[in-house]
Amino acid sequence: MQQELLPHLFRTESGKITAVLCKLLSVVHIEIAEDITSETFLLALETWPYKGVPENPVAWLYTVAKNKAKNHVHRARIFSEKIASQVKGSVSGYIEMDIDLSDKNITDSQLQMLFTLCHPSVPEEAQVGLSLRILCGFGIEEIANAFVTNKETINKRLFRAKEKLRLEKVAIEFPAETEIDKRLDAVLTTLYLLFNEGYYSESHDAVLREDLCVEAIRLSHLLIENPYTNRPAVNALLALMYFHASRFPARKNNAGEIILYADQNEALWNYEFITKGAYYLHQASQGNVLSAYHLEAGIAYWHTIKTDTKEKWESILQLYNKLLQVQYSPIAALNRTYALSKANGKQEAIREAKKLCLTDNPYYYTLLGELYTGIDTEEARLNLEEALTLARTQADRQIIMKKLGELNMQVQ
Amino acid sequence: MDEYALIMRHEDGMKVASPEQIQTWMKQTMDWIGSIAAQNKFVSGTGLPFADARVVKSNKTVTNGPFGDIKETIGGFIIVKAVSIDEAVEFAKGCPILMGEGNTMEVRRIAKDDGIH
Repeated sequence: MQQELLPHLFRTESGKITAVLCKLLSVVHIEIAEDITSETFLLALETWPYKGVPENPVAWLYTVAKNKAKNHVHRARIFSEKIASQVKGSVSGYIEMDIDLSDKNITDSQLQMLFTLCHPSVPEEAQVGLSLRILCGFGIEEIANAFVTNKETINKRLFRAKEKLRLEKVAIEFPAETEIDKRLDAVLTTLYLLFNEGYYSESHDAVLREDLCVEAIRLSHLLIENPYTNRPAVNALLALMYFHASRFPARKNNAGEIILYADQNEALWNYEFITKGAYYLHQASQGNVLSAYHLEAGIAYWHTIKTDTKEKWESILQLYNKLLQVQYSPIAALNRTYALSKANGKQEAIREAKKLCLTDNPYYYTLLGELYTGIDTEEARLNLEEALTLARTQADRQIIMKKLGELNMQVQ
Repeated sequence: MDEYALIMRHEDGMKVASPEQIQTWMKQTMDWIGSIAAQNKFVSGTGLPFADARVVKSNKTVTNGPFGDIKETIGGFIIVKAVSIDEAVEFAKGCPILMGEGNTMEVRRIAKDDGIH
Protein backbone atom coordinates (compact mmCIF):
# COMPACT_ATOMS: atom_id res chain seq x y z
CA MET A 1 0.00 0.00 0.00
CA GLN A 2 2.79 2.41 0.94
CA GLN A 3 4.38 1.94 -2.44
CA GLU A 4 1.36 3.55 -4.06
CA LEU A 5 0.46 6.01 -1.36
CA LEU A 6 3.80 7.75 -1.15
CA PRO A 7 4.30 9.07 -4.70
CA HIS A 8 0.73 10.34 -4.73
CA LEU A 9 1.24 12.13 -1.42
CA PHE A 10 4.55 13.57 -2.55
CA ARG A 11 2.95 15.13 -5.60
CA THR A 12 0.04 16.67 -3.76
CA GLU A 13 1.75 17.72 -0.55
CA SER A 14 5.36 18.54 -1.38
CA GLY A 15 4.49 21.68 -3.32
CA LYS A 16 2.40 22.91 -0.41
CA ILE A 17 5.08 22.17 2.19
CA THR A 18 7.85 23.76 0.11
CA ALA A 19 5.73 26.87 -0.52
CA VAL A 20 4.97 27.34 3.19
CA LEU A 21 8.63 26.81 4.14
CA CYS A 22 9.89 29.13 1.41
CA LYS A 23 7.55 31.84 2.56
CA LEU A 24 8.83 31.35 6.09
CA LEU A 25 12.53 31.26 5.24
CA SER A 26 12.43 33.70 2.28
CA VAL A 27 13.36 32.98 -1.30
CA VAL A 28 17.06 33.19 -0.43
CA HIS A 29 16.71 29.79 1.23
CA ILE A 30 14.61 28.18 -1.48
CA GLU A 31 16.98 25.19 -1.63
CA ILE A 32 16.85 24.65 2.12
CA ALA A 33 13.05 24.56 1.89
CA GLU A 34 13.32 21.98 -0.89
CA ASP A 35 15.81 19.96 1.14
CA ILE A 36 13.60 19.94 4.23
CA THR A 37 10.69 18.75 2.10
CA SER A 38 12.77 15.94 0.55
CA GLU A 39 14.11 14.91 3.96
CA THR A 40 10.55 14.75 5.25
CA PHE A 41 9.46 12.38 2.51
CA LEU A 42 12.64 10.38 2.86
CA LEU A 43 11.90 9.88 6.55
CA ALA A 44 8.41 8.72 5.64
CA LEU A 45 9.88 6.23 3.18
CA GLU A 46 12.30 4.96 5.85
CA THR A 47 9.78 4.60 8.65
CA TRP A 48 6.28 3.97 7.28
CA PRO A 49 7.02 0.60 5.65
CA TYR A 50 8.18 -0.72 9.05
CA LYS A 51 6.00 1.13 11.51
CA GLY A 52 2.95 1.38 9.35
CA VAL A 53 1.37 4.39 7.69
CA PRO A 54 0.29 6.92 10.31
CA GLU A 55 -3.41 7.47 10.79
CA ASN A 56 -3.23 10.92 9.29
CA PRO A 57 -0.27 10.85 6.85
CA VAL A 58 -0.67 14.48 5.82
CA ALA A 59 -0.58 15.71 9.42
CA TRP A 60 2.48 13.52 10.04
CA LEU A 61 4.29 15.07 7.08
CA TYR A 62 3.48 18.60 8.22
CA THR A 63 4.62 17.90 11.78
CA VAL A 64 7.92 16.46 10.60
CA ALA A 65 8.51 19.27 8.14
CA LYS A 66 7.66 21.80 10.83
CA ASN A 67 10.11 20.29 13.31
CA LYS A 68 12.86 20.03 10.72
CA ALA A 69 12.31 23.69 9.80
CA LYS A 70 12.46 24.71 13.46
CA ASN A 71 15.67 22.74 13.98
CA HIS A 72 17.19 24.33 10.94
CA VAL A 73 16.32 27.86 12.04
CA HIS A 74 17.54 27.08 15.57
CA ARG A 75 20.88 25.74 14.32
CA ALA A 76 21.30 28.63 11.94
CA ARG A 77 20.59 31.06 14.74
CA ILE A 78 23.06 29.48 17.18
CA PHE A 79 25.69 29.54 14.47
CA SER A 80 25.12 33.15 13.50
CA GLU A 81 24.88 34.21 17.15
CA LYS A 82 28.17 32.56 18.03
CA ILE A 83 29.85 34.12 15.05
CA ALA A 84 28.09 37.40 15.70
CA SER A 85 29.06 37.45 19.40
CA GLN A 86 32.69 36.91 18.50
CA VAL A 87 32.61 39.60 15.90
CA LYS A 88 30.39 42.18 17.51
CA GLY A 89 30.04 40.89 21.05
CA SER A 90 26.26 41.07 20.92
CA VAL A 91 23.73 38.27 21.43
CA SER A 92 20.19 38.58 20.17
CA GLY A 93 17.38 36.94 22.11
CA TYR A 94 15.82 33.61 21.23
CA ILE A 95 12.48 34.00 19.48
CA GLU A 96 10.06 31.08 19.24
CA MET A 97 9.25 30.45 15.60
CA ASP A 98 5.67 29.81 14.64
CA ILE A 99 4.75 27.93 11.49
CA ASP A 100 1.26 28.65 10.24
CA LEU A 101 -0.19 25.49 8.70
CA SER A 102 -3.75 26.69 8.26
CA ASP A 103 -5.44 25.93 4.93
CA LYS A 104 -5.46 29.63 4.18
CA ASN A 105 -1.73 30.05 4.68
CA ILE A 106 -0.99 26.92 2.66
CA THR A 107 -3.10 28.18 -0.26
CA ASP A 108 -1.79 31.75 0.00
CA SER A 109 1.80 30.52 0.18
CA GLN A 110 1.38 28.48 -2.99
CA LEU A 111 -0.17 31.43 -4.83
CA GLN A 112 2.49 33.87 -3.65
CA MET A 113 5.16 31.36 -4.57
CA LEU A 114 3.62 31.10 -8.04
CA PHE A 115 4.00 34.86 -8.47
CA THR A 116 7.58 34.68 -7.21
CA LEU A 117 8.57 31.88 -9.60
CA CYS A 118 6.97 33.82 -12.46
CA HIS A 119 8.96 36.94 -11.64
CA PRO A 120 10.05 38.90 -14.75
CA SER A 121 13.71 38.25 -13.90
CA VAL A 122 13.28 34.52 -14.57
CA PRO A 123 13.19 33.30 -18.21
CA GLU A 124 9.84 31.77 -19.23
CA GLU A 125 11.23 28.31 -19.86
CA ALA A 126 12.72 28.24 -16.39
CA GLN A 127 9.46 29.51 -14.86
CA VAL A 128 7.64 26.42 -16.12
CA GLY A 129 10.39 24.11 -14.84
CA LEU A 130 10.58 25.83 -11.45
CA SER A 131 6.81 25.68 -11.00
CA LEU A 132 6.84 21.97 -11.81
CA ARG A 133 9.68 21.33 -9.37
CA ILE A 134 8.63 23.50 -6.47
CA LEU A 135 4.85 23.81 -6.69
CA CYS A 136 3.94 20.51 -8.32
CA GLY A 137 6.55 18.24 -6.74
CA PHE A 138 7.94 16.89 -10.02
CA GLY A 139 11.33 15.21 -10.02
CA ILE A 140 14.16 16.53 -12.20
CA GLU A 141 13.96 13.39 -14.30
CA GLU A 142 10.23 13.84 -14.88
CA ILE A 143 10.74 17.47 -15.91
CA ALA A 144 13.55 16.47 -18.26
CA ASN A 145 11.30 13.77 -19.70
CA ALA A 146 8.47 16.24 -20.24
CA PHE A 147 10.74 18.75 -21.98
CA VAL A 148 12.41 15.91 -23.93
CA THR A 149 15.84 16.89 -22.70
CA ASN A 150 18.35 15.57 -20.14
CA LYS A 151 18.62 16.03 -16.39
CA GLU A 152 21.76 18.17 -16.59
CA THR A 153 20.03 20.76 -18.78
CA ILE A 154 17.08 21.01 -16.41
CA ASN A 155 19.34 21.12 -13.35
CA LYS A 156 21.37 23.97 -14.84
CA ARG A 157 18.26 25.84 -15.90
CA LEU A 158 16.66 25.60 -12.46
CA PHE A 159 19.89 26.42 -10.65
CA ARG A 160 20.35 29.62 -12.67
CA ALA A 161 16.72 30.60 -12.11
CA LYS A 162 17.00 30.14 -8.34
CA GLU A 163 20.25 32.10 -8.33
CA LYS A 164 18.40 34.90 -10.09
CA LEU A 165 15.59 34.90 -7.51
CA ARG A 166 18.19 35.03 -4.73
CA LEU A 167 20.11 37.91 -6.31
CA GLU A 168 16.96 39.89 -7.02
CA LYS A 169 15.71 39.10 -3.48
CA VAL A 170 12.23 38.56 -4.87
CA ALA A 171 9.76 38.69 -1.99
CA ILE A 172 7.19 35.91 -1.60
CA GLU A 173 4.05 38.01 -1.52
CA PHE A 174 1.10 39.08 -3.63
CA PRO A 175 2.05 41.81 -6.10
CA ALA A 176 0.66 45.29 -5.41
CA GLU A 177 -2.79 46.09 -6.79
CA THR A 178 -1.21 48.38 -9.40
CA GLU A 179 1.06 45.60 -10.65
CA ILE A 180 -1.29 42.65 -10.43
CA ASP A 181 -2.43 42.60 -14.06
CA LYS A 182 1.09 42.66 -15.44
CA ARG A 183 2.38 40.05 -12.99
CA LEU A 184 -0.70 37.92 -13.51
CA ASP A 185 0.03 37.97 -17.26
CA ALA A 186 3.37 36.28 -16.59
CA VAL A 187 1.73 33.70 -14.31
CA LEU A 188 -0.92 32.91 -16.93
CA THR A 189 1.74 32.53 -19.62
CA THR A 190 3.53 30.01 -17.41
CA LEU A 191 0.34 28.05 -16.73
CA TYR A 192 -0.50 28.14 -20.44
CA LEU A 193 2.97 26.81 -21.32
CA LEU A 194 2.72 24.21 -18.57
CA PHE A 195 -0.58 22.97 -19.99
CA ASN A 196 0.73 22.99 -23.57
CA GLU A 197 3.84 21.15 -22.47
CA GLY A 198 1.54 18.38 -21.32
CA TYR A 199 -0.91 18.59 -24.21
CA TYR A 200 1.57 18.74 -27.08
CA SER A 201 4.67 17.22 -25.48
CA GLU A 202 6.64 14.79 -27.58
CA SER A 203 7.37 12.79 -24.48
CA HIS A 204 6.24 9.17 -24.70
CA ASP A 205 5.04 9.08 -21.14
CA ALA A 206 1.27 9.58 -21.51
CA VAL A 207 0.58 9.58 -17.77
CA LEU A 208 3.21 12.22 -17.16
CA ARG A 209 1.78 14.41 -19.91
CA GLU A 210 -1.70 14.29 -18.44
CA ASP A 211 -0.25 15.09 -15.02
CA LEU A 212 1.21 18.33 -16.39
CA CYS A 213 -2.24 19.34 -17.65
CA VAL A 214 -3.85 18.40 -14.34
CA GLU A 215 -1.31 20.54 -12.47
CA ALA A 216 -1.91 23.52 -14.78
CA ILE A 217 -5.63 23.18 -14.07
CA ARG A 218 -5.05 22.86 -10.32
CA LEU A 219 -2.91 26.00 -10.17
CA SER A 220 -5.45 27.92 -12.27
CA HIS A 221 -8.12 26.91 -9.77
CA LEU A 222 -5.97 28.34 -6.97
CA LEU A 223 -5.97 31.70 -8.78
CA ILE A 224 -9.73 31.60 -9.27
CA GLU A 225 -10.48 30.70 -5.65
CA ASN A 226 -8.71 33.86 -4.49
CA PRO A 227 -10.84 37.01 -5.09
CA TYR A 228 -7.67 39.03 -5.62
CA THR A 229 -6.58 36.95 -8.61
CA ASN A 230 -9.96 35.80 -9.90
CA ARG A 231 -9.82 37.84 -13.12
CA PRO A 232 -11.64 37.23 -16.42
CA ALA A 233 -8.45 36.17 -18.22
CA VAL A 234 -7.81 33.44 -15.60
CA ASN A 235 -11.32 32.06 -16.14
CA ALA A 236 -10.81 32.17 -19.90
CA LEU A 237 -7.54 30.25 -19.56
CA LEU A 238 -9.13 27.63 -17.33
CA ALA A 239 -12.04 27.26 -19.79
CA LEU A 240 -9.49 26.74 -22.57
CA MET A 241 -7.73 24.04 -20.55
CA TYR A 242 -10.96 22.16 -19.77
CA PHE A 243 -12.10 22.23 -23.41
CA HIS A 244 -8.76 20.83 -24.58
CA ALA A 245 -8.47 18.31 -21.76
CA SER A 246 -11.95 16.99 -22.62
CA ARG A 247 -10.44 15.38 -25.69
CA PHE A 248 -7.63 13.58 -23.86
CA PRO A 249 -9.24 10.12 -23.96
CA ALA A 250 -9.97 10.40 -27.69
CA ARG A 251 -6.65 11.79 -28.92
CA LYS A 252 -4.66 8.59 -29.01
CA ASN A 253 -5.35 5.05 -30.15
CA ASN A 254 -4.20 1.95 -28.29
CA ALA A 255 -0.86 2.05 -30.08
CA GLY A 256 -0.26 5.58 -28.77
CA GLU A 257 -0.65 7.20 -32.18
CA ILE A 258 -2.34 10.58 -32.40
CA ILE A 259 -5.88 10.54 -33.75
CA LEU A 260 -6.71 13.73 -35.62
CA TYR A 261 -9.68 15.79 -34.51
CA ALA A 262 -11.78 14.87 -37.56
CA ASP A 263 -11.31 11.15 -36.88
CA GLN A 264 -11.93 11.22 -33.13
CA ASN A 265 -14.75 9.29 -31.52
CA GLU A 266 -16.65 12.01 -29.68
CA ALA A 267 -18.25 9.41 -27.40
CA LEU A 268 -14.84 9.32 -25.71
CA TRP A 269 -14.80 13.06 -25.03
CA ASN A 270 -15.14 14.06 -21.39
CA TYR A 271 -18.45 15.94 -21.22
CA GLU A 272 -17.98 16.86 -17.58
CA PHE A 273 -14.89 18.83 -18.62
CA ILE A 274 -16.77 20.44 -21.51
CA THR A 275 -19.47 21.60 -19.09
CA LYS A 276 -16.82 22.99 -16.75
CA GLY A 277 -15.16 24.78 -19.66
CA ALA A 278 -18.49 26.36 -20.61
CA TYR A 279 -19.00 27.46 -17.01
CA TYR A 280 -15.61 29.19 -16.77
CA LEU A 281 -15.97 30.73 -20.23
CA HIS A 282 -19.23 32.24 -19.03
CA GLN A 283 -17.45 33.54 -15.89
CA ALA A 284 -14.74 34.98 -18.13
CA SER A 285 -17.25 37.04 -20.10
CA GLN A 286 -17.80 39.38 -17.15
CA GLY A 287 -16.02 42.71 -17.44
CA ASN A 288 -14.73 44.20 -20.65
CA VAL A 289 -11.40 42.44 -21.03
CA LEU A 290 -10.96 40.35 -24.15
CA SER A 291 -7.69 38.46 -23.83
CA ALA A 292 -6.11 36.05 -26.28
CA TYR A 293 -7.25 33.33 -23.84
CA HIS A 294 -10.87 34.38 -24.38
CA LEU A 295 -10.43 33.98 -28.13
CA GLU A 296 -8.62 30.67 -27.82
CA ALA A 297 -11.24 29.38 -25.39
CA GLY A 298 -13.93 30.41 -27.88
CA ILE A 299 -12.17 28.47 -30.62
CA ALA A 300 -11.77 25.46 -28.30
CA TYR A 301 -15.47 25.70 -27.40
CA TRP A 302 -16.52 25.40 -31.06
CA HIS A 303 -14.28 22.36 -31.39
CA THR A 304 -16.30 20.59 -28.71
CA ILE A 305 -19.20 20.55 -31.18
CA LYS A 306 -18.34 17.79 -33.58
CA THR A 307 -20.99 18.40 -36.25
CA ASP A 308 -19.71 20.62 -39.06
CA THR A 309 -22.01 23.57 -39.60
CA LYS A 310 -21.53 26.80 -41.49
CA GLU A 311 -21.95 28.67 -38.22
CA LYS A 312 -19.24 26.62 -36.53
CA TRP A 313 -16.50 27.26 -39.06
CA GLU A 314 -17.51 30.87 -39.66
CA SER A 315 -17.28 31.48 -35.89
CA ILE A 316 -13.90 29.74 -35.67
CA LEU A 317 -12.62 31.77 -38.64
CA GLN A 318 -13.66 35.08 -37.09
CA LEU A 319 -12.13 34.13 -33.73
CA TYR A 320 -8.85 33.33 -35.48
CA ASN A 321 -9.08 36.62 -37.41
CA LYS A 322 -9.26 38.43 -34.08
CA LEU A 323 -6.69 36.25 -32.32
CA LEU A 324 -4.10 36.94 -35.03
CA GLN A 325 -4.63 40.67 -34.62
CA VAL A 326 -3.96 40.39 -30.89
CA GLN A 327 -1.23 37.76 -31.01
CA TYR A 328 0.34 36.33 -34.15
CA SER A 329 1.70 32.81 -34.18
CA PRO A 330 2.46 30.55 -37.14
CA ILE A 331 0.18 27.80 -35.82
CA ALA A 332 -2.73 30.24 -35.46
CA ALA A 333 -2.11 31.48 -39.02
CA LEU A 334 -2.22 27.89 -40.32
CA ASN A 335 -5.33 27.01 -38.30
CA ARG A 336 -7.01 30.19 -39.52
CA THR A 337 -6.37 29.12 -43.09
CA TYR A 338 -7.87 25.68 -42.41
CA ALA A 339 -10.98 27.36 -40.94
CA LEU A 340 -11.06 29.61 -44.02
CA SER A 341 -11.20 26.55 -46.28
CA LYS A 342 -14.16 25.23 -44.29
CA ALA A 343 -15.98 28.60 -44.28
CA ASN A 344 -15.06 30.11 -47.67
CA GLY A 345 -13.87 27.16 -49.73
CA LYS A 346 -10.56 25.50 -50.60
CA GLN A 347 -9.64 27.71 -53.57
CA GLU A 348 -9.58 30.87 -51.46
CA ALA A 349 -7.75 29.02 -48.68
CA ILE A 350 -5.02 27.86 -51.10
CA ARG A 351 -4.48 31.45 -52.27
CA GLU A 352 -4.28 32.63 -48.66
CA ALA A 353 -2.05 29.74 -47.56
CA LYS A 354 0.55 30.69 -50.16
CA LYS A 355 0.81 34.18 -48.66
CA LEU A 356 1.83 32.79 -45.25
CA CYS A 357 5.44 32.09 -46.33
CA LEU A 358 6.00 29.51 -43.59
CA THR A 359 8.25 27.44 -45.82
CA ASP A 360 10.33 25.98 -42.97
CA ASN A 361 7.25 24.74 -41.13
CA PRO A 362 6.17 21.12 -41.75
CA TYR A 363 2.56 21.97 -40.84
CA TYR A 364 2.49 24.55 -43.65
CA TYR A 365 3.01 21.76 -46.18
CA THR A 366 0.64 19.40 -44.36
CA LEU A 367 -2.03 22.10 -44.64
CA LEU A 368 -1.34 22.65 -48.36
CA GLY A 369 -1.45 18.88 -48.87
CA GLU A 370 -4.81 18.79 -47.15
CA LEU A 371 -6.15 21.75 -49.17
CA TYR A 372 -5.03 20.29 -52.51
CA THR A 373 -6.53 16.88 -51.70
CA GLY A 374 -9.50 16.40 -54.01
CA ILE A 375 -8.43 19.35 -56.17
CA ASP A 376 -4.95 18.51 -57.47
CA THR A 377 -3.63 15.13 -56.32
CA GLU A 378 -0.11 15.70 -57.65
CA GLU A 379 0.22 19.03 -55.79
CA ALA A 380 -1.20 17.36 -52.67
CA ARG A 381 1.41 14.61 -52.89
CA LEU A 382 4.33 17.02 -53.45
CA ASN A 383 3.33 19.10 -50.45
CA LEU A 384 2.88 16.08 -48.18
CA GLU A 385 6.27 14.73 -49.25
CA GLU A 386 7.84 18.10 -48.40
CA ALA A 387 6.07 17.97 -45.03
CA LEU A 388 7.52 14.50 -44.44
CA THR A 389 11.10 15.70 -44.95
CA LEU A 390 10.55 18.60 -42.53
CA ALA A 391 8.55 16.70 -39.88
CA ARG A 392 10.25 16.76 -36.49
CA THR A 393 8.46 14.03 -34.58
CA GLN A 394 7.58 10.40 -35.19
CA ALA A 395 3.91 11.16 -34.46
CA ASP A 396 3.83 13.82 -37.20
CA ARG A 397 5.55 11.50 -39.67
CA GLN A 398 2.95 8.81 -38.98
CA ILE A 399 0.11 11.22 -39.72
CA ILE A 400 1.68 12.43 -42.97
CA MET A 401 2.42 8.86 -44.11
CA LYS A 402 -1.20 7.97 -43.47
CA LYS A 403 -2.39 10.91 -45.57
CA LEU A 404 0.01 9.99 -48.38
CA GLY A 405 -1.34 6.44 -48.25
CA GLU A 406 -4.90 7.68 -48.54
CA LEU A 407 -3.89 9.83 -51.50
CA ASN A 408 -2.48 6.80 -53.32
CA MET A 409 -5.70 4.87 -52.63
CA GLN A 410 -7.68 7.64 -54.31
CA VAL A 411 -5.52 7.49 -57.43
CA GLN A 412 -5.93 3.75 -57.86
CA MET B 1 10.10 47.16 -42.77
CA ASP B 2 7.94 50.30 -42.81
CA GLU B 3 4.44 50.86 -41.55
CA TYR B 4 1.73 52.05 -43.91
CA ALA B 5 -1.78 53.37 -43.34
CA LEU B 6 -4.41 51.91 -45.65
CA ILE B 7 -7.20 54.47 -45.64
CA MET B 8 -10.66 53.47 -46.81
CA ARG B 9 -12.34 56.29 -48.70
CA HIS B 10 -15.99 56.01 -49.52
CA GLU B 11 -17.23 57.93 -52.49
CA ASP B 12 -20.57 58.55 -50.85
CA GLY B 13 -20.80 58.02 -47.10
CA MET B 14 -24.54 58.71 -47.13
CA LYS B 15 -25.33 55.67 -49.23
CA VAL B 16 -27.68 53.35 -47.39
CA ALA B 17 -27.10 49.63 -47.65
CA SER B 18 -29.36 46.77 -46.59
CA PRO B 19 -28.56 45.00 -43.31
CA GLU B 20 -27.82 41.87 -45.35
CA GLN B 21 -25.34 43.79 -47.49
CA ILE B 22 -23.73 45.35 -44.42
CA GLN B 23 -23.29 41.92 -42.87
CA THR B 24 -21.58 40.63 -46.00
CA TRP B 25 -19.22 43.62 -46.06
CA MET B 26 -18.45 43.13 -42.41
CA LYS B 27 -17.42 39.51 -42.91
CA GLN B 28 -15.36 40.43 -45.96
CA THR B 29 -13.59 43.18 -44.02
CA MET B 30 -12.86 40.86 -41.09
CA ASP B 31 -11.51 38.18 -43.45
CA TRP B 32 -9.38 40.81 -45.22
CA ILE B 33 -7.86 41.99 -41.93
CA GLY B 34 -7.48 38.37 -40.78
CA SER B 35 -5.55 37.59 -43.95
CA ILE B 36 -3.09 40.42 -43.28
CA ALA B 37 -2.81 39.41 -39.61
CA ALA B 38 -2.13 35.79 -40.66
CA GLN B 39 0.91 37.10 -42.55
CA ASN B 40 2.05 38.84 -39.35
CA LYS B 41 1.73 42.20 -41.10
CA PHE B 42 -1.16 43.72 -39.15
CA VAL B 43 -0.35 46.54 -36.71
CA SER B 44 -3.63 48.19 -35.73
CA GLY B 45 -6.78 49.60 -37.19
CA THR B 46 -10.17 51.03 -36.54
CA GLY B 47 -13.42 51.83 -38.23
CA LEU B 48 -14.70 55.40 -38.14
CA PRO B 49 -18.50 55.37 -37.74
CA PHE B 50 -20.35 58.03 -39.71
CA ALA B 51 -22.94 58.56 -37.00
CA ASP B 52 -22.32 61.64 -34.80
CA ALA B 53 -19.42 62.80 -36.95
CA ARG B 54 -18.57 66.51 -36.85
CA VAL B 55 -16.44 68.81 -38.94
CA VAL B 56 -14.77 71.83 -37.39
CA LYS B 57 -13.96 74.55 -39.92
CA SER B 58 -11.23 77.21 -39.82
CA ASN B 59 -13.67 79.79 -38.50
CA LYS B 60 -14.52 77.34 -35.71
CA THR B 61 -18.00 76.63 -37.02
CA VAL B 62 -19.06 73.07 -36.43
CA THR B 63 -21.10 71.09 -38.91
CA ASN B 64 -22.68 67.70 -38.70
CA GLY B 65 -20.67 64.98 -40.37
CA PRO B 66 -18.20 65.20 -43.16
CA PHE B 67 -21.06 65.47 -45.65
CA GLY B 68 -22.42 68.57 -47.29
CA ASP B 69 -20.03 70.22 -49.68
CA ILE B 70 -18.35 66.91 -50.29
CA LYS B 71 -19.85 63.44 -50.17
CA GLU B 72 -16.57 61.58 -49.94
CA THR B 73 -15.58 60.42 -46.50
CA ILE B 74 -13.12 58.20 -44.67
CA GLY B 75 -14.67 54.99 -43.35
CA GLY B 76 -11.69 53.70 -41.42
CA PHE B 77 -8.06 52.75 -41.70
CA ILE B 78 -5.67 49.99 -40.81
CA ILE B 79 -1.94 50.15 -40.30
CA VAL B 80 0.17 47.37 -41.75
CA LYS B 81 3.82 46.40 -41.93
CA ALA B 82 5.23 46.09 -45.44
CA VAL B 83 8.68 45.81 -47.02
CA SER B 84 7.70 48.26 -49.77
CA ILE B 85 4.92 50.53 -50.93
CA ASP B 86 4.13 47.85 -53.53
CA GLU B 87 3.46 45.24 -50.86
CA ALA B 88 1.25 47.73 -48.99
CA VAL B 89 -0.64 48.38 -52.24
CA GLU B 90 -1.19 44.62 -52.65
CA PHE B 91 -2.78 44.54 -49.19
CA ALA B 92 -4.97 47.52 -50.11
CA LYS B 93 -6.18 45.76 -53.27
CA GLY B 94 -7.82 43.10 -51.11
CA CYS B 95 -10.03 45.57 -49.23
CA PRO B 96 -13.71 44.84 -49.88
CA ILE B 97 -14.71 48.51 -50.09
CA LEU B 98 -13.13 48.51 -53.56
CA MET B 99 -16.10 46.44 -54.74
CA GLY B 100 -18.16 49.63 -54.35
CA GLU B 101 -17.84 51.78 -57.43
CA GLY B 102 -16.06 55.08 -56.84
CA ASN B 103 -14.56 53.99 -53.51
CA THR B 104 -10.80 54.24 -53.18
CA MET B 105 -7.97 53.09 -50.94
CA GLU B 106 -5.27 55.55 -50.05
CA VAL B 107 -1.90 54.07 -49.08
CA ARG B 108 0.40 56.27 -47.00
CA ARG B 109 3.68 55.51 -45.31
CA ILE B 110 3.70 56.30 -41.58
CA ALA B 111 6.33 58.88 -40.64
CA LYS B 112 9.06 57.54 -38.38
CA ASP B 113 10.21 59.47 -35.40
CA ASP B 114 13.81 59.19 -36.56
CA GLY B 115 14.58 62.84 -37.31
CA ILE B 116 14.61 62.21 -41.05
CA HIS B 117 10.97 61.68 -41.92
